Amino acid sequence: MTESTRAIVIGGGHNGLICATLLAKAGHAVTLLEGRSSIANAPDLEFAPGFFSPGLAHIHTELHPKLRQALNLTSKSTGTKTKTIALDGQGAHIHFYGDKVEGTSVSDVDQAAYASFRKEFLSYAKALTPLLLNRPPRLKNMDRGDQFTLAKLGWSLRFGLGASSMREFLRVGGINIYDVLNELFDNKLVKAAISVDAVMGHHMAPRTPTTVLTYLTRLFAETHSEPSVATKVDSLHRELEASAIAAGVDIKTDAWVEKVIIENDRANGVQLASGQTMLADIVASSADAKNTFLKLAGAANLDAMFVHRISKTRTNGSVARLHLALKDIPSFTNLTTEDLKGRLLIAPDMRYIERAFNPTKYGEHAEQPVLEITIPSLHDATMAPDGQHVMSVNICYAPYHLKQGWDNARDKFTQICIDTLSAYAPNLPSQIIQKELLTPQDIETRFNISGGHWHHGELAIDQSFMMRPIHGTAQYNTPIENLFLCGAAAHPGGGITGLPGWNAARRIIAMTKDKSS
Amino acid sequence: MSDHNYLSTHEPSPFDSGIRAQSQTENWTGWNGYLSPRIADTLASEYFAIRSSCSVMDLTPMEKYRITGPDATAFLNRLVTRDLTKLRVGRVAYVVWCNDEGKVIDDGTVFHLAENDYRLCAQHHQLDWLLLSSIGFDVSIQKETHDIAALSVQGPTSFSALSAAGIKGLETLKPFGILNTNVNGFELTVSRTGFTGDLGYELWAERARADDLWNTLFTLKDTGLFDIRLIGLDALEMVRIEAGFIMPGWDFNTAESTIRADHDRSPFELGLDWIVNFDKPYFTGKSALLAEKARPATRRLLKLTLEGNKPPVGSFIFHGKKGKQTGAVMAQTWSPILKRCLALADVDFIDGHPPNDLWAEIYYQKELKWHVKWARCEIVEGQFWSHPRRRATPPMPF
Repeated sequence: MTESTRAIVIGGGHNGLICATLLAKAGHAVTLLEGRSSIANAPDLEFAPGFFSPGLAHIHTELHPKLRQALNLTSKSTGTKTKTIALDGQGAHIHFYGDKVEGTSVSDVDQAAYASFRKEFLSYAKALTPLLLNRPPRLKNMDRGDQFTLAKLGWSLRFGLGASSMREFLRVGGINIYDVLNELFDNKLVKAAISVDAVMGHHMAPRTPTTVLTYLTRLFAETHSEPSVATKVDSLHRELEASAIAAGVDIKTDAWVEKVIIENDRANGVQLASGQTMLADIVASSADAKNTFLKLAGAANLDAMFVHRISKTRTNGSVARLHLALKDIPSFTNLTTEDLKGRLLIAPDMRYIERAFNPTKYGEHAEQPVLEITIPSLHDATMAPDGQHVMSVNICYAPYHLKQGWDNARDKFTQICIDTLSAYAPNLPSQIIQKELLTPQDIETRFNISGGHWHHGELAIDQSFMMRPIHGTAQYNTPIENLFLCGAAAHPGGGITGLPGWNAARRIIAMTKDKSS
Repeated sequence: MSDHNYLSTHEPSPFDSGIRAQSQTENWTGWNGYLSPRIADTLASEYFAIRSSCSVMDLTPMEKYRITGPDATAFLNRLVTRDLTKLRVGRVAYVVWCNDEGKVIDDGTVFHLAENDYRLCAQHHQLDWLLLSSIGFDVSIQKETHDIAALSVQGPTSFSALSAAGIKGLETLKPFGILNTNVNGFELTVSRTGFTGDLGYELWAERARADDLWNTLFTLKDTGLFDIRLIGLDALEMVRIEAGFIMPGWDFNTAESTIRADHDRSPFELGLDWIVNFDKPYFTGKSALLAEKARPATRRLLKLTLEGNKPPVGSFIFHGKKGKQTGAVMAQTWSPILKRCLALADVDFIDGHPPNDLWAEIYYQKELKWHVKWARCEIVEGQFWSHPRRRATPPMPF
């Protein structure tokens, strides 16, 4: 290449940063445009004077080692590893760390079952590596790369897993986690805690088909790292920002992209809200598919059925977030302060989760919600004034479209969550200084994600792999020449994996090479 | 809103009483939910009314959509393959529209009635496709098929007859032009359009004015000065083939209702290259059509004339007499005005070109005894038949 390709990456989330960095490393001249005023320090996180909430993801895992290597990331970036504690109403909580599960109610049989379950399911998740770390193969008009990915996946399933594990994987891969966990465990709380990982962030409950698959995609991160509690200064983001700058990415903040400029059916730049236009040979959008195609590119530049199919992708979030500013460290029955550094779950059994889900089908919120709690100020003291604390709570289920409207239900739903919490932490209500509830609609507005969906679109099987976001644009390139997807709307979807950004960058690099050669 | 009743098999047209009074044969067929005459009197008299005097046909069953709003032009331009930004107010354009794969969904006419106000006429029901295509456009789409009383008045004397009926301003109305006028106290829109390839007009009024419109024409007939004749669909089929017009759903399978792969057709495969414009902004199917254009043609809907006087009903087309089967006749007629057999045939191409020696195998009966004959076919470019009066402004008086 005599002249470097000019690339614009829209959005400074982790996928945007990773894509931009890798493009820059490949010799492209990359500008990253972020609408907010900062990449790693989101300014709207201060929800009460001196109190800061974590970002959208309040649990992090490490990026895949191969991706870290590609980015030349050296230090381990995320915070201290954390354990999960499933709360019990009587105080007989169950602690999960790695392959161990402990609690007075957990039988030896369940403990042994948990260890083998972890081993088995981690191996399934690992077997998916060739699929997740590559662009999803097309089944029609396959090229050699597609065939190679499928061959690697087949090899990984057959020889990585072995015959009996592969058989079991194929049996459980498409079914629901409820049936699988009932086969394996007796303890209700153990089953509920595992199934939370299968359903949180999705419009799914344990009995929903394919919840084993959503569990495996989440578990994938644990094949190479352990979860940690995210804090205000998002260390992963800070590290990614530094690596982008080191690679020569020109990061522009306060640069809200209004639209992608399309001439002669090709993307050739962007127009900012300021009116400024910037030209580029390649535009990669880490925004979700609806934002990218319907708002940035515009329906007029695309085929009608394509637009229709994008507009019909399921992107309504079903998780709300509650932030509480607390006077003091909260006291939970039978938990030490050290325990509170972990991830706490309120989900007494799988049926409780299923019942919390049922109302969302009818535009109602859960009356007895499932909660995932972190107290990030225990990890980062700067998130709250001295001695005071921040609690972050993910709440299932809160539908995007609430029948009576969120403005009419906000206070009631907040109170339901606080009541649910106080059953385990009786003093909590008196400790609350300030509270902030983010409904899926608020998440949509604050983070500019259609529907406020964590994963930029349901990770159901019909919206996954070579059908993510829809078939016809599942390999990061789009119907509009030089416009690419590089965010969670593309395979393999959401979660803080960085894989869409990585896969997209490799796709863009390969396609520009093809063109210039 | 229309008061169309789904419980009735066929809805009466607003011209029902007039049509029934003139139908001698009770030879009806269903068309888009209406009962339409196949033949009202005799096929010959109706055919020759179109070609030598003045014919009248009820257009009520034709699908009509009103498209309004700030993005109406952008919406339609993204829908169809032609560049509609060049269509001025008061003009009509023949259009086709495609699905994402560049296969034709339907054809029709776009009437630019006023700024941001269009009527789209179509062969088949299109509301679902129009609504689906409207995502991201600020437009309103109303089906008005049942709310408009429309008549097609076609033939060499149509200009003189309509002028004599009191419609003023026709002498300056150009082909594909729209005239808003007032006749006998009601508002009438006249467009110089039609499906016969001859001089002709289409008259559009409110449904409540159907009787007024009908009487305007047929009181003139009663004077005895003009032969004004109700025609049915069979005569129309003959003249539209002579004019080389295609019928989606009959001559080819329409996209989005096609199940089998490769059974639908692109505008290129239908010989409609002239209305595919790649220099306009994006339209649905553009990418697919650009890709198709880059490949050698695999087939075309060809216009064929055949030797002999036996129409090739349901015939296969062969490469060489008794050679390899290479296509099939989709529409055919004996043309009285040309004294030739005409056919529209779907023919496979060889290396991007039509086979050079086409034959049709024709089965026909003589006194119920079946015979077979082979007829050589000639490919015709353009219309089989046309007449200068179709384009002349003012048209020749009679």
